[in-house]
Amino acid sequence: MNTRLRRTLPYAGLLIAGIAAPFLFPDYTFQFTVLWVMILFALTWDILGGQMGYNSLGNIAFFGVGMYICAVVQIGLYYDVAQYTASYGAVKVEFTADQYFTGLAVGLIAAGLGAMVFSIILGWVVFGLRGPYFAIGTLGVALSAGELTGAWDYVGGGGGIALPIYPGEPDDRSLFFYVLSFTLTIILFFLLRWIYLGRFGLAANAIRDDEEKAEGMGIHTMRYKTVGWAIAAFFLGISGALFGNMIGFIEPLEVAFPTVTFGLFMVVMCLLGGRGTLWGPVIGATLFHTFKEVTWIYLLGWQWVALGALIVVSVVFFQQGIVGWVKEKWPEKFGIAVDDRALAETDPDLDEAPSQRLRRQTEAAQ
Amino acid sequence: MTAMIECEGVSKAFGGVIANNEITLEVPEGRITGLIGPNGSGKTTLFNSIVGYHPIDAGSIKFQGREISDLRVQQIARLGLLRTFQQTRIYSKMNCVENMLISVPHRTQTYRAMFSKYPPDVTERAEDLLEFVGLYEKRFLISGNLSFGQQKLLEFAMALMNEPKVLLLDEPTAGINPTLINGLIDRLKRATSELGITLFVIEHNMPVIMGLADNIYCLANGRLLAHGPPEKIQNDQRVINAYLGAHYYLDSD
Ligand SMILES: Nc1ncnc2c1ncn2[C@@H]1O[C@H](COP(=O)(O)OP(=O)(O)O)[C@@H](O)[C@H]1O
Ligand SMILES: [Mg+2]
Repeated sequence: MNTRLRRTLPYAGLLIAGIAAPFLFPDYTFQFTVLWVMILFALTWDILGGQMGYNSLGNIAFFGVGMYICAVVQIGLYYDVAQYTASYGAVKVEFTADQYFTGLAVGLIAAGLGAMVFSIILGWVVFGLRGPYFAIGTLGVALSAGELTGAWDYVGGGGGIALPIYPGEPDDRSLFFYVLSFTLTIILFFLLRWIYLGRFGLAANAIRDDEEKAEGMGIHTMRYKTVGWAIAAFFLGISGALFGNMIGFIEPLEVAFPTVTFGLFMVVMCLLGGRGTLWGPVIGATLFHTFKEVTWIYLLGWQWVALGALIVVSVVFFQQGIVGWVKEKWPEKFGIAVDDRALAETDPDLDEAPSQRLRRQTEAAQ
Repeated sequence: MTAMIECEGVSKAFGGVIANNEITLEVPEGRITGLIGPNGSGKTTLFNSIVGYHPIDAGSIKFQGREISDLRVQQIARLGLLRTFQQTRIYSKMNCVENMLISVPHRTQTYRAMFSKYPPDVTERAEDLLEFVGLYEKRFLISGNLSFGQQKLLEFAMALMNEPKVLLLDEPTAGINPTLINGLIDRLKRATSELGITLFVIEHNMPVIMGLADNIYCLANGRLLAHGPPEKIQNDQRVINAYLGAHYYLDSD
């Protein structure tokens, strides 16, 4: 009972913190919303980057794709998208509350599914690449996605799109997007916890440790990679849709496909917190985002230098991340057998009587 | 007695090096077949060809009567034809039990099964097989921390976990502590007699393969040199010459 309580405590803490935060600090609701999006970034990046060892630098593409799909759906349900974007917001377009919420709901789902389909098609092309080639290839995809969107007039080109305006008070609006971001990230968190504990987690780690061996054992490696990326893309797509609506105005390079900011932050947050662990991305994102916000307030002018220094320190000197370091320090607490050199080096005893249990099993099978 | 593997005229070249030159052989069901030959004679290359690791230049490879030379590694593995690696490959950051659990057969895996937990009987079988190779006490150790020989035993147990019909073992006793070799030979024999797995074994240690195999093929310079029961191979002048040329002695114990 006591260990059970201790085990569930962090999860309960996360939920309670998430529910209490906007009521305790209502002025920071927007910041907390961004924090949940950051946690979602780190969690989704870790599925392939941490668990499978496929370091993508282009996951932000799914965020941008979802953002644009949602915008097109929200507008397209009620107006002609090309006309809407051509007016560059000069014509005031009204959406009723009903139209707003219907459009957003359909848009969010379409964003998730659209990004997922995009990731599956992309996976066919880039999963043939390994190591740094995969990283650069995916980076190229994200960069060109931003450029292509900027050249596409239908979706407003480089000028962007103004999204429908939330029909209500600003405070309600903040809370509305907070609740959606929080819920989305929590669903993702518990989904990942569940799949990491089962076969998916082991297969992912097997691919990370030796993909060629995994293929030789008949594991459906392509299927695991595709499904892992599709899950990441689904949640990133929805988060992009939410984020776009929260900002209210989207454009390709800074908001939808910010490859060198958000696109890199998701990697750094995982490394900082501890890649390949469930809690690492959560802790890494929280620390990183807090650090970033504090330096933006108190170190104005030097904020990018401070952030760069944090990235260098975590990548160069602290590769196992916080959770990795804690696990190394107190392995017993995590149910990891202590690295017992003596036990590892003693020879196994193959001369003892034949294993009774195996014999019993084979007899039962016959 | 049916043939599990039939190779016919299998050839494979790397640039100018002809690693396998028109190899024709058969691996009969329920037996242990040996593959010997000096270093560089093409044994590992033949294993790689059989399991689909690389395309062959010419010839045909059949598994249970079915042509497999155009299938990919994973497809062949799922048919029940598995190999272990000469250099030993395991999932080094996972513990032994985890290595075993993910080695279950993937023959009929559905998308739903990807997200399933392991039922208790699978965990039990994993532990039983670890006990079978003497690694039960170390089941929660990170496998990369085990000695080379123990990693070899683990890789063997992982292969058994996969319930193959045929298992190709590339030098299973290399790097194993000499005091354990008899125990390992016993386990290999029992894999065939109790678990019903057909074995095809590359082995450098002559006394080992003579005592283990029912039937031995000998390669030299990429060609099939001789074939027969151990007594015949042991006294075959061509085999002795091949090994003498490569500074090996048949009775090296
Ligand atoms: N991937 C490869 N590329 C080039 N040459 C190779 C490759 N694999 C094996 N060879 C060559 O093929 C020959 C047979 O090698 P191998 O099958 O490993 O021999 P064995 O296992 O009998 O020691 C050797 O001359 C080796 O150098
Ligand atoms: Mg070899």
